[in-house]
Amino acid sequence: MNSKFLVVEDSPTMRQMISFSLRRFQNAEIIEAVDGLDALRKLSGPLKIDLILTDINMPVMDGLKLVSMVRQNASLRDIPIIIITTEGAEEDRERGLALGANAYIAKPIQSSHLIRTISELLP
Amino acid sequence: MSDESRAEKFLELFNKSREFTEELLRENERLRRQLGILEEQTKDYAARYTEIEQQNNNLASLYVASYQLHSTLDFREVIHVVQEIIRDLIGAKAYAILLLDERTSVLQTVACDGEDVMPGVEKISTRIGEGIIGEVARRGETYYLDRDDENARPTLQRPLAAIPLKIKDQVIGVIAIYRLLVHKPAFTAVDYELFALLAAHAATAIFSAKLYSQSERKLNTIQSFLDLLTTTS
Repeated sequence: MNSKFLVVEDSPTMRQMISFSLRRFQNAEIIEAVDGLDALRKLSGPLKIDLILTDINMPVMDGLKLVSMVRQNASLRDIPIIIITTEGAEEDRERGLALGANAYIAKPIQSSHLIRTISELLP
Repeated sequence: MSDESRAEKFLELFNKSREFTEELLRENERLRRQLGILEEQTKDYAARYTEIEQQNNNLASLYVASYQLHSTLDFREVIHVVQEIIRDLIGAKAYAILLLDERTSVLQTVACDGEDVMPGVEKISTRIGEGIIGEVARRGETYYLDRDDENARPTLQRPLAAIPLKIKDQVIGVIAIYRLLVHKPAFTAVDYELFALLAAHAATAIFSAKLYSQSERKLNTIQSFLDLLTTTS
């Protein structure tokens, strides 16, 4: 399988950490974005993204706004989204899922948990 | 066939079927034992797999932290990377990075997070040898709050953990961690590895970045002086 992942994170450390975990998927193609707006720009390009992994707290456009915009866009709305954030309280999780995210993972991430969650969401 | 020979035939059949049943029972027992061994082996493999997964995760965290720390010579960027490691890889909500002023022997906050849950974290100032943080800087040994002691709640002077930033035996600063993220109950094994990595690598990265910015400033001064000499001559 040749999956394309969009990693939306303002922290280079976390971008590298997530990308490292995603290498477990054979032939994974990893596209990085530094905030929500950058992600939307990359989503509107020719690449067909299979799954989005996004942080919440980012400058310019946060992750929640990104989730809501992706879900409102007819050509993007079916892409699975995983929120990866330091905001681990139950109300934060509910807010993210209510906006349309498929899964919610609290930092620090465990690779095995991330891989399991992605595997459940990919066809 | 007489009754007697029928009885003998029956007895013979009965004995054969008894032997066959006993054989089946022995086989059943042998297979049951084998299944038990296989189940144990599967459990062992599963536990080993989980352990290897965990080790992979830990190594990934250490690799990423080390890679990022040495990815720049810009002082602010190095501090930012240290903050990302403390927040995103360790999972700290409130913490302070203190650097030592060698002229005054005072440690001061240069970066922090969690002012809302630990007010004052943004302006810690303590002398070497003073309090827990000062003592960590003096001795160069990591401090952990005794969490078994119910009265031992973290305060500004008594963090959850204080890690000296060391280049060989020279301490250049301290990282003080006050509060973990709400969903993280305690430090994990990899956190202690990350503390050890931060103690050495963050110190060298900060020190190198400081030296680099100092040499850049000196170079600019010399360049300006040379420009002045060339224009006036």
